[in-house]
Amino acid sequence: MGIDFISAEFDVVRDDARCTRCRVCEKQCANGVHAYDEKNRRMTADETKCVNCQRCVAFCPTRAIKIVRNPNTFRDNANWTASVVNEIYKQASKPGVLLSSMGAPKNLPVYFDRILINASQVTNPPIDPLREPMETRVFLGKKPEKIRRRPDGRLDCALEPQLELALPILFSGMSYGSVSYNVHKALATAARETGTLYNTGEGGLHKDFYAYGANTIVQVASGRFGVHKDYLEAGAAIEIKMGQGAKPGIGGHLTGAKVSGDVSATRMIPEGSDAISPAPHHDIYSIEDLRQLVYSLKEATAYKKPVIVKVAAVHNIAAIASGIARSGADIIAIDGYRGGTGAAPTRIRDNVGIPIELALAAVDQRLRDEGIRNNVSLIVSGSIRTAADVVKAVALGADACAIGTAALLAMGCRLCRSCHTGKCNWGIATQDPALVARLNPDIAARRLINLLTAWNREIKELMGGMGINSIEALRGNRLMLRGVGLNEKELEILGIAHAGE
Amino acid sequence: MLQKEGQVRIPSGCAIAAVISKTGEKIGGEKIVAGIRTMHERSNGLGGGFAGYGIYPDYKDFYALHVFYDDNGARTDCENALKDLFEIVKAENIPTRKNPAIKDAPLIWRYFVAPLPSRVAAMQIDEREFVARAVTRINSTFRGAYIFSSGKNTGTFKAVGFPEEVADFYRLEDYAGYSWTAHGRYPTNTPGWWGGAHPFSLLDWSVVHNGEISSYDTNRRFIEMFGYKCHLKTDTEVITYIFDYLVRRQGMTLREASSVVAAPFWTTIARKPEEEQRELTYIRNMFSGLLITGPFSIVLGFSGGLLALNDRLKLRSMVVAEKGNTTYIASEEAAIRAMEPDLDSIRSPMGGEPVIVTVNKGVLEDGN
Amino acid sequence: MKIDASLYTHRALNDLLRSRTDETSVENCLGLRFIGSGLSHGTVLIDGVPGNALGAYLDGAKIIVNGNAQDAVGDTMNKGEIIIRGNVGDAAGYAMRGGEIYVEKNAGYRVGIHMKAYKNNRPALIIGGRAGSFLGEYQAGGFIIVLGLNDDGMPIVGNFPCTGMHGGKMFLRSDCRDVFFPEQVTARPAGAEDMAEIKPYLEKFCDAFHYNPSFIENAPFTVVTPDTQNPYKQMYVAN
Ligand code: SF4
Ligand code: SF4
Repeated sequence: MGIDFISAEFDVVRDDARCTRCRVCEKQCANGVHAYDEKNRRMTADETKCVNCQRCVAFCPTRAIKIVRNPNTFRDNANWTASVVNEIYKQASKPGVLLSSMGAPKNLPVYFDRILINASQVTNPPIDPLREPMETRVFLGKKPEKIRRRPDGRLDCALEPQLELALPILFSGMSYGSVSYNVHKALATAARETGTLYNTGEGGLHKDFYAYGANTIVQVASGRFGVHKDYLEAGAAIEIKMGQGAKPGIGGHLTGAKVSGDVSATRMIPEGSDAISPAPHHDIYSIEDLRQLVYSLKEATAYKKPVIVKVAAVHNIAAIASGIARSGADIIAIDGYRGGTGAAPTRIRDNVGIPIELALAAVDQRLRDEGIRNNVSLIVSGSIRTAADVVKAVALGADACAIGTAALLAMGCRLCRSCHTGKCNWGIATQDPALVARLNPDIAARRLINLLTAWNREIKELMGGMGINSIEALRGNRLMLRGVGLNEKELEILGIAHAGE
Repeated sequence: MLQKEGQVRIPSGCAIAAVISKTGEKIGGEKIVAGIRTMHERSNGLGGGFAGYGIYPDYKDFYALHVFYDDNGARTDCENALKDLFEIVKAENIPTRKNPAIKDAPLIWRYFVAPLPSRVAAMQIDEREFVARAVTRINSTFRGAYIFSSGKNTGTFKAVGFPEEVADFYRLEDYAGYSWTAHGRYPTNTPGWWGGAHPFSLLDWSVVHNGEISSYDTNRRFIEMFGYKCHLKTDTEVITYIFDYLVRRQGMTLREASSVVAAPFWTTIARKPEEEQRELTYIRNMFSGLLITGPFSIVLGFSGGLLALNDRLKLRSMVVAEKGNTTYIASEEAAIRAMEPDLDSIRSPMGGEPVIVTVNKGVLEDGN
Repeated sequence: MKIDASLYTHRALNDLLRSRTDETSVENCLGLRFIGSGLSHGTVLIDGVPGNALGAYLDGAKIIVNGNAQDAVGDTMNKGEIIIRGNVGDAAGYAMRGGEIYVEKNAGYRVGIHMKAYKNNRPALIIGGRAGSFLGEYQAGGFIIVLGLNDDGMPIVGNFPCTGMHGGKMFLRSDCRDVFFPEQVTARPAGAEDMAEIKPYLEKFCDAFHYNPSFIENAPFTVVTPDTQNPYKQMYVAN
């Protein structure tokens, strides 16, 4: 209280007439908001601890609870907003870097929402996606410049290693440690079931999940946690993580508290020790060093796995991507400004990087201008929220999209953005065994499968409307997009015309 | 002001027809006109055109350039550029006759040229690539000049009008060739521009097309990586470049190239023998940006043959018929019957099934 | 009465056909479209190749073509009969709701697409040869019968037959071992009851094209029916 007091962001509103004092909310809230007042035989709430994860709301059997915005306000100020002011109070109280999680919540333009998709009328027919064949199979990987023939004259069909996806959606890298065992299990199951891949993130691969190798991308990040030969060989592809959209230019830091038992074994570091990923790979200070890392990984795996290089979308992304395309990498993954994270410095998350739509458009065009678009495939993420986003991204030039936050939402995440506290009430971003147990991996997998199935149907519907029956004919098909309310420069970068043109 | 092709992409529907003698016999231009005329309903007078093969036997070793000029200034500029690259053995107006329906004719010239060997050698590319680049460069950098035909012993004739009027205008009956293609155009929203009519040609390739493809920008952006420039923003243009790229530059067979643009569905591929599965999967993966979706039926003309192809869903109709040594192709059977009432056989090829007809089984007298 | 089609526009020809009650012979036909559109009475005999949309919206008249017909024969036809002594092009019988179409030889793509039945109207489309891909797409009623009497060695039906079928019956004179049907339909050998249903059509076919009905006995028929009237319900979630 006093000068340090920051008024709660939310109010816990309980309908006392409905409340049966069952104390479910108390059990469900790992933040200790709810308590039972024996004397007065009623529930109380310490709303200052509430993060609005909606867990108690979802589990209250009589639907007695609502979490609402606290009406208490500062004097209106469009410049000094309440969050800015509160952040100053926090830093005045403790000299720390502000830490946040999930993607940037700031109100910057979401270009996907300002792009509209075409449909066929008269001059060519739309196609009925429910009945006619609609193809969403995607191959990721390098394509050679020229065909080759065998001595008998037939086509030599040998290609560098490729990834085959049943639909243009993968799961983004989320490390075991930042998310729970059950989350990985659900992702692995869903990836196998739907014919796509999940991504280990930088925390290594739990021994239980080696069996899902054909549907796994194993990540190699600057901390090299859990990276060893078996790990590299376990996956279908290897991803070198140079950066991520939520925190370009920043490494990672999993606090020792989360490095317990299995996490320690998987990451191959002692229990309780901090897991620190440096900002750069200390063997890559320049583009030619990247080539060295790409090829060292290819050598280690006998050129059997495609190598992905994941970068954050930053200002110079087109040139960076061009460099990567020439580094021997098979696939470039670009993560946009709004990409999610388990923990990132707030200032970085909210102020560094560029939106994925612009980055993607610039990269795709640049690679085409240089005639090397076929050297690499493009995966984009950060943030892909709907099937329409996927369609727009593919039409801008992406080969596939990766989803992280959307996948977590499917598993129950309520976007309370408190992953960095490790007390995720939904059993996702936590290692607390009691909380982890809340997420049933079978149910979570089913929900992920539902989501991908539904999106794939919607992608087909949108494609059918455009008269396109195979995803490859949508890729880079910018004529199918129009901007609304975008200025000339934005349209130029996106390479699309304005609606009405 | 309405924009023309190149400034804007204009969708159009159409009628196509083609005829070829498999023994290389000469067929007069009037024959193909009889066929395309019956499909008057399928065009709207905003574009018609023809391509004939084997029509310049006296100059068969020279590239025949057909050029539209806005004015004589454009012609002088372009001719200067041509002289720099080619030996011009003959330059002339293409003979035309007045037809009340054909208006606003540009200047229409024809040149028989041979690339200057020193220039070709200096660029270290083969002769055909040299000609292709020269055409691309002139069409993209010279205002008011447009080369619309550039093959050897072949020529494209096109204009704004119904195809039968265009044929009359160009005196098509004065030409005879071993094969012909024809097109009647139905563009949606344009006053029509001569250059935008079909066939679209590059070197000895010519394409006539019916339908509007939905993969256009994917195809365009892919092919433009390899030095092509889609000036006209038309389907025929991009389709011509795709075949040029796959066949001439990648060395694929016409059949393989057809499997790129009208690839079988994955479910269909899965039922093929293993070796074929591998090849088709490879082809779809390798050239995924060149898959064409949406309705199309095309006839691709080239030295010594024709290829007819429907989209893989067969959203446009096309019939192929035989009579003796002659093969007929058209959007409608009626057009074929107009060329030859008494046929030996007639059939509709399946979606994505290429029909390839060659003269003398592919052996041409000029060794092309 | 004999008419030289080359002297008529489609509008003039149809005006004439509407005014007539008995048989009309249309000769020298080469691509003239819309012949018999909406016609409710009389008989039209056609020599040559009629153009697209022959007998569209036909409402009771009878059309006989001595030769091949092009695309969209009997489009949305309601009543009447069309007999083609040759091949038909694509989309024959599109959305037909009643009446009968008999084709002696082969049919193109998307034949019988969205054929439906309503009350006493049960359309039937009988093809003597083979049919192209997407046969009976979205079929919602009526009969599609393909006899496979073609001798060109091609399969009786192309790819993707019965996609979206949700009503009616399809009969293929084949064991259909090589035909891939979609999940939501059932294909089974036709029984005596099934055959009894289509007997009148087969008889008429033999009659129209002078065939000996022995072919009915010498090869098995497969009958295809949809599993449900609402095959796509589970595809949607309320929002
Ligand atoms: S933190 Fe979550 S569970 Fe706890 S009170 Fe707030 S909304 Fe309810
Ligand atoms: S993962 Fe958990 S902690 Fe993170 S935002 Fe979602 S619900 Fe909140």
